[in-house]
Amino acid sequence: MRRLLVYAGLAPFVAFAVLPFYWMAVTSLKTDAETYNLQAMPFLIRHGITGEHYALLFQQTPFLLWYRNTVAVSVLATLGSAAIAVLAAYSIVRIRFWGSDGVAVGTFLTYLVPPTLLFVPLSEVVGRLHLIDSYWALVLTYPTFIVPLCTWLLIGYFRGIPRELEESAMVDGATRLAALVRVVLPVAVPGVLTTVLLGFTLSWGNLIYPLAFTSSTPQKVLTVGLLTELVRGDVFYWGSLMAAALLASVPIALAYSFFTSYFVSGWTAGATKG
Amino acid sequence: MTVRAGALDTAAPRVPAVGRRRSAEARLGYLMVAPAVLLLILLIAYPFLMSLYMSLTDEYVGTPGRFIGLGNFVYLLHDDVFRQTAINSVLYTVVAVGVKTVLGIVLALLLYALPWGSRLFRGVILLPWVIPTALSTLAWWWMYTPPYSVVNWMLMRLGVISQPILWLSDPAWARIGIIVVNVWRGLPFYAITFLAGLVAIPRELFEAAETDGAGPLVQFRAIILPLLRPILSIVVMYSTVFTIADFEIVFILTRGGPMNMTHLFSTLAFQVGLVSTFIGRGAAITLFIFPVLAVASFFILRLVRAGEEYA
Repeated sequence: MRRLLVYAGLAPFVAFAVLPFYWMAVTSLKTDAETYNLQAMPFLIRHGITGEHYALLFQQTPFLLWYRNTVAVSVLATLGSAAIAVLAAYSIVRIRFWGSDGVAVGTFLTYLVPPTLLFVPLSEVVGRLHLIDSYWALVLTYPTFIVPLCTWLLIGYFRGIPRELEESAMVDGATRLAALVRVVLPVAVPGVLTTVLLGFTLSWGNLIYPLAFTSSTPQKVLTVGLLTELVRGDVFYWGSLMAAALLASVPIALAYSFFTSYFVSGWTAGATKG
Repeated sequence: MTVRAGALDTAAPRVPAVGRRRSAEARLGYLMVAPAVLLLILLIAYPFLMSLYMSLTDEYVGTPGRFIGLGNFVYLLHDDVFRQTAINSVLYTVVAVGVKTVLGIVLALLLYALPWGSRLFRGVILLPWVIPTALSTLAWWWMYTPPYSVVNWMLMRLGVISQPILWLSDPAWARIGIIVVNVWRGLPFYAITFLAGLVAIPRELFEAAETDGAGPLVQFRAIILPLLRPILSIVVMYSTVFTIADFEIVFILTRGGPMNMTHLFSTLAFQVGLVSTFIGRGAAITLFIFPVLAVASFFILRLVRAGEEYA
């Protein structure tokens, strides 16, 4: 009885969470005739599945180019940020030097800075570096939100790894860096993966920086491309737009389905304590 | 100096004197944080100072901008659109954070009471928070668009409304519409974090309460709420910063319309600073997010530090 009540209580939350994704998928597979028929039952596909929206996306829009740009920007920004963050977090936790606490607080405070606070001055910085309308501007600026996040989370992980592990390696003659790479990182794989994944997701989905720094079609990433070019005037290509949003979401959804448990523990550890 | 130290190292025993090793370690430490510190200074601290300065100039695209003191702020405080934006931002944040907190607690309690399948449920519940907002909001846009709005279709079928709602073009409904999407996106974060807090409460407390004859409501008020308070406050403050600084949902759904009734600080700053290129004024608008950030970070830092002492 109590069990039933719990499921009944959860059902609306689950429906609410899933609805937009279900709606994306259904719209992307339905024929226009059925989508724009107000008498039809909108949640079902009764007149056959069509691939025409996907075909239009691949053949008549720069969708694949934007996809490629998004992958390139996200991978470069995330890997660069992860390297910076691993070094910083490790050094803050293990090598105590004058000012290390200050740096830790600094990363925490910048981790709380939303990207929308800085896009105006950053567009000046990007302009001075002659990176306006280039996706390299994104590779340069995305670390401003990835590095603080990753560093802060990694500080927590590294604290949880016993000091003795690398100390014994160092007594055996390994240098600090060698101990970090060969002893600490393998143990910290779940933590590092979680932070990398979080950073990657934030890069993949950022909208305001690409909107502010890029404008020509070949330099766009998915978020901006879909919003500015798949919606043309008053003519909406809802089928293709939904197909595009769905395909753009798939890599993130897949990554999380593999890492959910890591990710939940990582996130809550980072959000509630150092 | 470095050459000598290097030469000595090869000759010296493998484990060098403690003092020298310390200073070499400290140097390595500085070297390792250097990239992060440089990034924080060059791409966060410096731009922040820049925006402070820019907000005091009348910079317009292509002109260097003259120093005009607090001119932009005086202008904004007398500007109807900006005043409306400030009201919108506060309203949006207070309502969204409030609803997310209440529903977040409910959802966390349900997940906590779940007998099995909690992993699967957690995964599904997390989707709205995991998938980038800039993508999922496109689906919401389509769900709100008349005459095909599936939200209207459902509400009419359920008998809640008899006429289609003009989501996004009616000022009041547009506000509700963007808040719904914000709640949809943020709820998983609240629920999962609260759930982590619930799981950490020792089961014996509930058992003891039950033997004393305390019902669920009493247990909630006497055990759950007080023990959940630190996490609750951190989540609420953290989320307040990111809700008031929100951009994607409003930009995609309404661009601040109808009649500026849904503009938030960030969308107005984008419009004024980058589209109309009144850069100085745009910078001034973004700075209104800063006090919220400052207050919230002060309290979060204090709470996190208190938590560390207990841990």
